[in-house]
Amino acid sequence: MTVHKRTKKMGIKERYASMTRDLGWETSYQPMDKVFPYDTYEGIKIHDWDAWVDPFRLTMDAYWKYQSEKERKLYAVIDSFAQNNGQLGITDARYLNAVKIFLTGVSPLEYAAHRGYAFTGRHFRGVGARIACQMQSVDELRHAQTQLHSMSHYNKFFSGMHSRNMMHDRVWYLSVPKSFFDDAMTAGPFEFLTAISFSFEYVLTNLLFVPFMSGAAHNGDMATVTFGFSAQSDEARHMTLGIEIIKFMLEQDEANVPIVQRWIDKWFWRGYRMLALVSMMMDYMLPKRVMSWKEAWEMYFEEAGAALFEDLGRYGIRMPKYHEVATWEKDHLSHQVWSTFYNYAGAAAFHTWMPNDDEKSWLKDKYPDSFEKHYEPRFDHFTAKKEAGERFFNGSLPMLCNTCQIPLIFTEPGDPTTTCYRESEYKDDKYHFCSDGCKDIFDYEPEKYIQSWMPVHQIYQGNCGGAELEDVLKWYQFDLGADNGDYHDSEDYKMWTEWSESQKKAT
Amino acid sequence: MSVKSIGDYSFTPKDKVENFHGNMLVYMQWEKHLSFCAPLAFPLPPDMPFGDLVAGVLAPAYAVHPDSENVDFEKGEWQLNNVPFTPDFSKSLQENGLSHKSVIRVRTPGLEGLAGADSAAG
Repeated sequence: MTVHKRTKKMGIKERYASMTRDLGWETSYQPMDKVFPYDTYEGIKIHDWDAWVDPFRLTMDAYWKYQSEKERKLYAVIDSFAQNNGQLGITDARYLNAVKIFLTGVSPLEYAAHRGYAFTGRHFRGVGARIACQMQSVDELRHAQTQLHSMSHYNKFFSGMHSRNMMHDRVWYLSVPKSFFDDAMTAGPFEFLTAISFSFEYVLTNLLFVPFMSGAAHNGDMATVTFGFSAQSDEARHMTLGIEIIKFMLEQDEANVPIVQRWIDKWFWRGYRMLALVSMMMDYMLPKRVMSWKEAWEMYFEEAGAALFEDLGRYGIRMPKYHEVATWEKDHLSHQVWSTFYNYAGAAAFHTWMPNDDEKSWLKDKYPDSFEKHYEPRFDHFTAKKEAGERFFNGSLPMLCNTCQIPLIFTEPGDPTTTCYRESEYKDDKYHFCSDGCKDIFDYEPEKYIQSWMPVHQIYQGNCGGAELEDVLKWYQFDLGADNGDYHDSEDYKMWTEWSESQKKAT
Repeated sequence: MSVKSIGDYSFTPKDKVENFHGNMLVYMQWEKHLSFCAPLAFPLPPDMPFGDLVAGVLAPAYAVHPDSENVDFEKGEWQLNNVPFTPDFSKSLQENGLSHKSVIRVRTPGLEGLAGADSAAG
């Protein structure tokens, strides 16, 4: 019998090196440029891929172990949430409309991110970056899946949650998040990481993830909160990848600076426009508010963002273009967006309503310079119409921005009474935009955005199920009369009121 | 600038006028009436008289706005593609200079939305 001599266990550093960097090699049968054909054409110059730093030192085997532990805990909570009728513990059924937006607008992006990082993780020739992307790709798939499972319990009782994939692909307002991600996925790998890892996950994530998760906590949605905890350590890793890729590109070659700056400008603005949905969620949709959009913007962008860009100043990077427009809009954004969904509640897969007196006081308190003067008259009019049995619906389709695909609902910076119009001509056709930020993005790459699938134009071209609104909504897979319309006329409201009354009787 | 790409990158625009079955897209807004959250989009025949656009498309779209009762759009201040213009109500859209994806804006001094002229909020 042969006795194998036991070798000494590897140290953490050694182990990390052999299980990450050692997995790559210089190819010899084919030139590296042919094996990795996409990591040079964007113009980013990398001289030394080994300079990539991975602060987490996470190897795949450890990754699987951590994730499966988190998964076990999460599914135990989801099971008990379902068994204990967790849906009865939320503050109010209005809250679930925020969950509906998350499910149809955000969860499909997690899946898209999974695809995007899988592609990017294949196409970097540097092993460190490749492994970070591969792990994130698996994370994103896990997030899509665990979000669906966490929220699926609500789908047994409430409307609008039954066809998220189809809705994401077809519904007019969901083209906003969908086109955002499609834009990123059709860029090269470096732009993709600047878009998603840096601009979104690092700079703006606190304005997406935090409001939804703390909104869930404040409103008794334990399923979503538990998902949030389960994703938290992943998000920390994703943010680190975001800052690492930026510093790496900037340190590798000075010629990368202007390219990276343009991407930051573009993706800051695209990300900010998409967050318009979050602003109305924070100010109007949470029965129990966490903080106002304005406060969140001040804390997470004006303070934290400014500090970040001051730090990046040593590489020659400045604040993203038009950040001052976004800061001006903080007094108006949520009100303009909520009004839009009130206008088009008949064509949305969630419900809208007008704020009650308590909520109006909160809005006046949080928005002393804008709510009472500009938005209260509009909302009081809507309320009066509703009480008279003539609920206002805008019966005409809106004009859309050719870049962000949001209707032209935003007003001129400095003038909240005049709609902001911007326009470009390209090859004899006109293109319209909601802002200078969106116009700049188009003007730089018009050939990309002339392909935009603009929901309103697609309806008029006859590509969305038919000519009547009802045909289009059926094509969206709406359960008409249940998924759409005013909250106080909805089945959700009726059921919730009955539940609440029977609970009162029982106590 | 053009798109940086790994190969030829040219495409046919998705919203060519030919795709709209003989119509062209026209965007319109009754300015300051922001309870209607955004300008509106309509596919319209280029030979439609401008007067029909006002009476048959614009006015009905805004009919539920309280200002509608008192409005006379013929006396409005008009803009075509963000430049002031005086429409001829008897002539066609095309003869009035409208083309695919033109923007028509009308302002009616004295009728400035729900919050009145001061803040023109509605």
